[in-house]
Amino acid sequence: MSHANTLTANVFTTYLNRLTAAVNIQKLIKGLLVPFVALLFFMMLWSAGAQQVQTSLGTFPGPVQVWEQTKALWVEHQEERVKETAFYERLQKRIDKAVAAGKPEKKIERLKQRKYTGKETFIDQIFTSLITVATGFVLASLIAIPLGIIIGMNHTLYSAFNPIIQLLKPVSPLAWLPLVTMVVSAVYVSADPMFSKSFLTSAITVTLCCLWPTIINTAVGVAGVDKDLINVSRVLRLGWLTKTVKIVLPSSIPMMFTGLRLSLGIGWMVLIAAEMLAQNPGLGKFVWDEFQNGSSNSLARIMVAVIAIGAIGFLLDRGMLSLQKIVSWDKNAILR
Amino acid sequence: MNKYLEIDHVGITFPTDNGPLTVLDGVHLNLRQGEFVSLIGHSGCGKSTVLNIVAGLLQATEGGVVLEGKEVNEPGPDRAVVFQHHSLMPWLSVYDNVRLAVDQVFKKSRSKQERHEWTLHNLELVHMSHALDRKPDEISGGMKQRVGIARALAMEPKVLLMDEPFGALDSLTRTHMQDSLMEIQTRLNNTVIMITHDVDEAVLLSDRIIMMTNGPKAKVGEILDIDLPRPRDRLALAENPTYNHYRAEVVRFLHERHLQKEQKDDKNEDAKPSETDEPVVRLVS
Repeated sequence: MSHANTLTANVFTTYLNRLTAAVNIQKLIKGLLVPFVALLFFMMLWSAGAQQVQTSLGTFPGPVQVWEQTKALWVEHQEERVKETAFYERLQKRIDKAVAAGKPEKKIERLKQRKYTGKETFIDQIFTSLITVATGFVLASLIAIPLGIIIGMNHTLYSAFNPIIQLLKPVSPLAWLPLVTMVVSAVYVSADPMFSKSFLTSAITVTLCCLWPTIINTAVGVAGVDKDLINVSRVLRLGWLTKTVKIVLPSSIPMMFTGLRLSLGIGWMVLIAAEMLAQNPGLGKFVWDEFQNGSSNSLARIMVAVIAIGAIGFLLDRGMLSLQKIVSWDKNAILR
Repeated sequence: MNKYLEIDHVGITFPTDNGPLTVLDGVHLNLRQGEFVSLIGHSGCGKSTVLNIVAGLLQATEGGVVLEGKEVNEPGPDRAVVFQHHSLMPWLSVYDNVRLAVDQVFKKSRSKQERHEWTLHNLELVHMSHALDRKPDEISGGMKQRVGIARALAMEPKVLLMDEPFGALDSLTRTHMQDSLMEIQTRLNNTVIMITHDVDEAVLLSDRIIMMTNGPKAKVGEILDIDLPRPRDRLALAENPTYNHYRAEVVRFLHERHLQKEQKDDKNEDAKPSETDEPVVRLVS
């Protein structure tokens, strides 16, 4: 009897396990398999299509060539790192020798200041790009958020600024770039510059294009604070600062983040163009150099950059989304 | 009769695209301390406007409001408002919503510990002590309204202004809230002005019912003294002839005004009353 009971129980648990497994598999199919199949299909389409396109630099690269170049770029990066370490080891030996030989301080100092001047690798360029876009974006946010709050709270200021913002918003980064380049060259004169001019030019161009979505969305968010909540603050006689911190800012955070996400997306797109023209050693310069280089591998290497740019842009957006989810009070809001 | 709060011949005119619109014209009303007064009338008659003028959120163009012998022109915590849609900060917890008001009103006069205890005390009063850390989105509509009332009470207002406080609640929750409000009113003896669309609610809770004429140029139409002993019990009152008489009086007044309004609307087709905002008459069960 007890045996029969255990058996039934066993059969039941197995059935239950299978059922939950079935549900999980369905979820898995939807979550992973479908995108995977779509990706595979896209790769095939790309591969087949690429073979049809003949350029002066050979056949348009398909997925296989791009993958090979990805590996090649990684190998180049590692080789470069090995060379760098070797250089610094040699340098250290020379310094040690010089110290042992009692050479004058000055000469030793000069040796110590020597830097490795090898080629920037693809990975280095990615980091340069990230730092540049971050600089431009942070600068833009530092200007745009306070400005957005101020013009959102004051109707007169809003009408004053709005036409200017609307006029400058659609301006292409390529139109700003020459102006920024000239201004940076004229203003940023220093014997021992902390930043290179190309870096500043790129970052400022990013800033100029990042400003607008954040300003507009912050202002709209601030202006759209629930009127009842404003009445509560009036009944409580909250001071200007308390009102801003306790009511206006929290309620405009969702809109503010919408603006910030848009800005960062635009900033990342703008950066590539800016780096190409300003010759800032980032991904934009990589693409430009490969284009000028014109070897048989160039197109595949540019495709690697294209994919990297897309992936980083996606990750940046996801990062902002996670930040928004952490900061936002409305945990029920569907953010995507 | 002593005049604790005096609404002195208040009129208000708004500029509109079709010329100035006089919403209120010579609304006059005196309140005793500790009195519970309901404003009832058809939608659009300017009940909320009266409340907002007393709160100081709107400025009367004629006349004024005098509280304890002093004219009031701007909003302040001595005239706390309970809004129809609770108006809690959705990013603050239940406790923090009340604490914000307590900190603001008593930041100089009470210590941190006292303010903490006062916040808890007021939430206790509306039976919300179990949900201190919840956000407004995580509690029901009735609970939100309780917190709104706790916030208003925590300001120790001279006058409590309630704009259809239970209008958005289902009838069972509304019944509970009315009982809670009566209990709190008995304990604290607040001076209250409440706007309502609900005839039963008005009769059950009020010392006086102010029935307003239809707008524009609305004024006080009739005043009905509700002379029923407190504490009041809704079940006992359902059979009470005096209660039913008061109820019938309010219904009669509203019905007459409704007929007038319809006659006016026949002449003036484009000003239709909205159905949903009309006063409701429900049987006491």
